[in-house]
Amino acid sequence: MSGDASAALLIDFGSTYTKLRAIDLERAEIIGSGQGPSTVTTDITVGMEAALADLEGRIGGLPDFTYRLATSSAAGGLRMVTVGLVKELTAEAARVAALGAGARLIGTYAYRLTASDIAGIEGHSPDIILLAGGTDGGNDEVIRHNARVLAECGITCPVVVAGNREATDGISARLDSAGKTAVPTENVMPEFNVLNIEPARAAIRRIFIDRIVHAKGIDRAAEMFDEILMPTPEAVMEGARLLADGTGGQNGLGPLLVVDIGGATTDVHSVAAGEPTLEGAIQRGLPEPYVKRTVEGDLGMRHNALSIVEAAGLDTLASEAGLTRDRFRENLAMISGDVERLPETDEERAVDRALARAATLIAVRRHSGRTETVYTVMGPAVAQHGKDLSGVGAVIGTGGALVHGIDPAGILAKACADPNDPESLRPRAPRLYLDREYLLYACGLLGTVEPKAALTLGLAHMHPVAEEEHGNGRSSVAG
Amino acid sequence: MTETLDPSKRQDITLVTGVIGSDTHIVGNRILSMALEEAGYSIVILGALTPADEFIKAAIETAADGIMVSSLYGQGELDCRGFRELCVEAGLDDILLYVGGNLVVGKTPWEVVEKRFLDMGFDRAFPPGTRTPEVVEALDRDFAARARGKRTADS
Repeated sequence: MSGDASAALLIDFGSTYTKLRAIDLERAEIIGSGQGPSTVTTDITVGMEAALADLEGRIGGLPDFTYRLATSSAAGGLRMVTVGLVKELTAEAARVAALGAGARLIGTYAYRLTASDIAGIEGHSPDIILLAGGTDGGNDEVIRHNARVLAECGITCPVVVAGNREATDGISARLDSAGKTAVPTENVMPEFNVLNIEPARAAIRRIFIDRIVHAKGIDRAAEMFDEILMPTPEAVMEGARLLADGTGGQNGLGPLLVVDIGGATTDVHSVAAGEPTLEGAIQRGLPEPYVKRTVEGDLGMRHNALSIVEAAGLDTLASEAGLTRDRFRENLAMISGDVERLPETDEERAVDRALARAATLIAVRRHSGRTETVYTVMGPAVAQHGKDLSGVGAVIGTGGALVHGIDPAGILAKACADPNDPESLRPRAPRLYLDREYLLYACGLLGTVEPKAALTLGLAHMHPVAEEEHGNGRSSVAG
Repeated sequence: MTETLDPSKRQDITLVTGVIGSDTHIVGNRILSMALEEAGYSIVILGALTPADEFIKAAIETAADGIMVSSLYGQGELDCRGFRELCVEAGLDDILLYVGGNLVVGKTPWEVVEKRFLDMGFDRAFPPGTRTPEVVEALDRDFAARARGKRTADS
């Protein structure tokens, strides 16, 4: 590899692995990938060196990287607690803002924080607390109460104050005088039912870069990269946004949905306006962001395999895998007890396929909007809650169960609309893609400095999933 | 002479408006909302098909001073039953509650209908055909009375 061509190194400090992608910026192509263990709990540089050595071994010498950018989900990810007033209003807006910043929510609270709520928050010891409550000019009494009890409690993490603006100065001063760090920003819901999450997202990202990265010991490897820009889930979101919207006159894929099935959670991202497409539908509830992320904490291929079964039903899953109930249960016990396990037999692959199909269906159903027929004296009327994704033209799958498992097309088909469930506004006839090289995070990172190259790279590497892959297994075996 | 609110004070008062229940008749409510806004009140508009609990949640978050419930399709009585109790439950014990529209089906005399809604805990009920200035006037009088510790101008 010559030193002339400009190249970028994109790093993901994950919870299990340190992953690298080296990109040729002129050709917008992958030069190579490398992987090492995650060593954030001891010394992060060890895993990084191992990953670099792996990359070097594969491509024969490392280029001079113009950019070395990183994301991190190591050390538990960005662990956040959100607090709002009414559960469906400012508490929900705070939750949406935190998820949109790539956080892992470990607690969400509404109304006045009680002594046991505070004990719970202290027990979680979050990285950041997002405190909201009240529209501008609305209720300020509850957020003042919550700020007071947070000021008096034992937590030491920064508190992003994003509630009723009339209370913000007083609250920030109160928190600061108690030795906490208050980061005041704009209200997540300045007016009733108006969502304003970007300022809170930016504040969270700033704290992540300035403080969390250091607190988690990730900056020990600071010599080996230029900057940690954001939590990994946010990079995936930014990658999805770039792929959907395009950049600088270059078209993207248009409105899209990303399904990321992991070992502990299933994440869904949508980049779409989601306005009603049904004639006469009346939109209800809180407006949802154009780029929306949801995390299903009860749907994961290993840590939360049992709760997938709880949500989908043992009979359904067993028959889908072609196994008896008992046999399916034995498989479940095995993978729940050995969360690093990769499937080895056809039976294990069938179990993983059934779990992944169920996780996809449930996660995308929860993410997507719904219609509800209301019978009025004037005849039926349609109310819509959430985003209408029926017109979304592309669904991208990522995560081990999709990339390494059998039948990705059959799994992603579960993200699509179902005539038997017409009220769920899932994509009607999308093209299906796989992010086989795990590039979405890299596109999100690279997009911050070289958006055109990032888009070209992403478009070239989202692999269309063809129907012929829909079958019983490794299609390449037949060929 | 009854006391009335100084119009410059209207902006300090937040009112929630909406059409309750499975009712899609939005026009009258929209006209009312626009008139209140024009008069200077701060308005939170919930629109059609609004369940009772959404009025209350909006009122909590915005620290509203009053809720204006519209019902046009004849089932208002069913939809509004327990509305004041829901408010009390949510800590909005003294919030001003108005209701208006085609509140019942059939030929029940207005006095009977009005009493029924006042008994439910609404502070005022308005019959079909009410003009918006009448509502603004009632609000001005009631909020002036509230500033002196009374519940409404008539109490």
